[in-house]
Amino acid sequence: MSPEAARMIGAAVTVFALYGVGMSMGNLFSTWISSVARNPEAEEKVRFMGMLGFALTESIALFALLIALLILFK
Amino acid sequence: MLDPLHQFVIQPIFKINIAGFDLSFTNSSLAVVSAVVLICALFSFGLRNKSLIPDRLQAFIEETYLLIAGLIDNNVGTQGRQYFPFVFSIFFFVLFGNLLGMVPYMFTFTSHIIATFTLAMVVFLFVTILGIVKHGFKFLSLFAPKGLPNFLLPAVVPIEMISYLARPISLAVRLFANMMAGHTMMKVFAGFATMFGVYGFIPIGVNVILTGFEIIIAIIQAYVFTILTCVYLNDAIHLH
Repeated sequence: MSPEAARMIGAAVTVFALYGVGMSMGNLFSTWISSVARNPEAEEKVRFMGMLGFALTESIALFALLIALLILFK
Repeated sequence: MLDPLHQFVIQPIFKINIAGFDLSFTNSSLAVVSAVVLICALFSFGLRNKSLIPDRLQAFIEETYLLIAGLIDNNVGTQGRQYFPFVFSIFFFVLFGNLLGMVPYMFTFTSHIIATFTLAMVVFLFVTILGIVKHGFKFLSLFAPKGLPNFLLPAVVPIEMISYLARPISLAVRLFANMMAGHTMMKVFAGFATMFGVYGFIPIGVNVILTGFEIIIAIIQAYVFTILTCVYLNDAIHLH
């Protein structure tokens, strides 16, 4: 297999990491919405943790993107 | 042929060569200087009246002050108040660096790993040296979580040490990857617009949405950088 083809396959395989990220995001927002629905007074308290969780989980997706770019362009 | 990654190339504006070192004033330096000048201008102009009842801009600036002060009070406690200027500067530097990249034809200096790695190392070294100066050798008790039986220590301490060393790397890569990925996606979608012919408005529409998303991400990433700085400060000041 040529190195070019192996690069493409390697970069494509890193996309599998996004499965976990998608599950985590869905989990985060579903619990966020249901907790605010159960107790609307707690909205400001959960908002901070929710945003923090979103940003930190998003960064995992970008780690995967980073590795894909490293594989493709090194 | 310009590819989506061409926007990250550093181009010198004024070439300065001192003793063989290339210290030219590049587009990245221009972005850094603009960020600092804009921050200083915003604050000195907004606080020029120092009135007791603030007008709109002064109220906005006081609100940002309260935001950072609330962050420090919640995450570090009252002992963290002395580190307020540091956290404040970090927040606004990263925020303006990210937001300045959204202006057309401006350069995002936070989209280079060397810039974000320097910022993350500054935070990491500051927090570590602060912890060592404050606690001496007891700083190493940071690596032994509370309530752990003694025989598990040889297994857990190396893992804790490695995760402590992963902090600056994760801080740097999070900011860098978010900025670079956002801008690359925008350029890729812009490249599709000529390929689609008459339906070229679809990629441009997606680009509009992406620009809004990128602005939100810029603000959130600056906020997360600052929050994590406060959390690491808390770890160093109060060991667990």
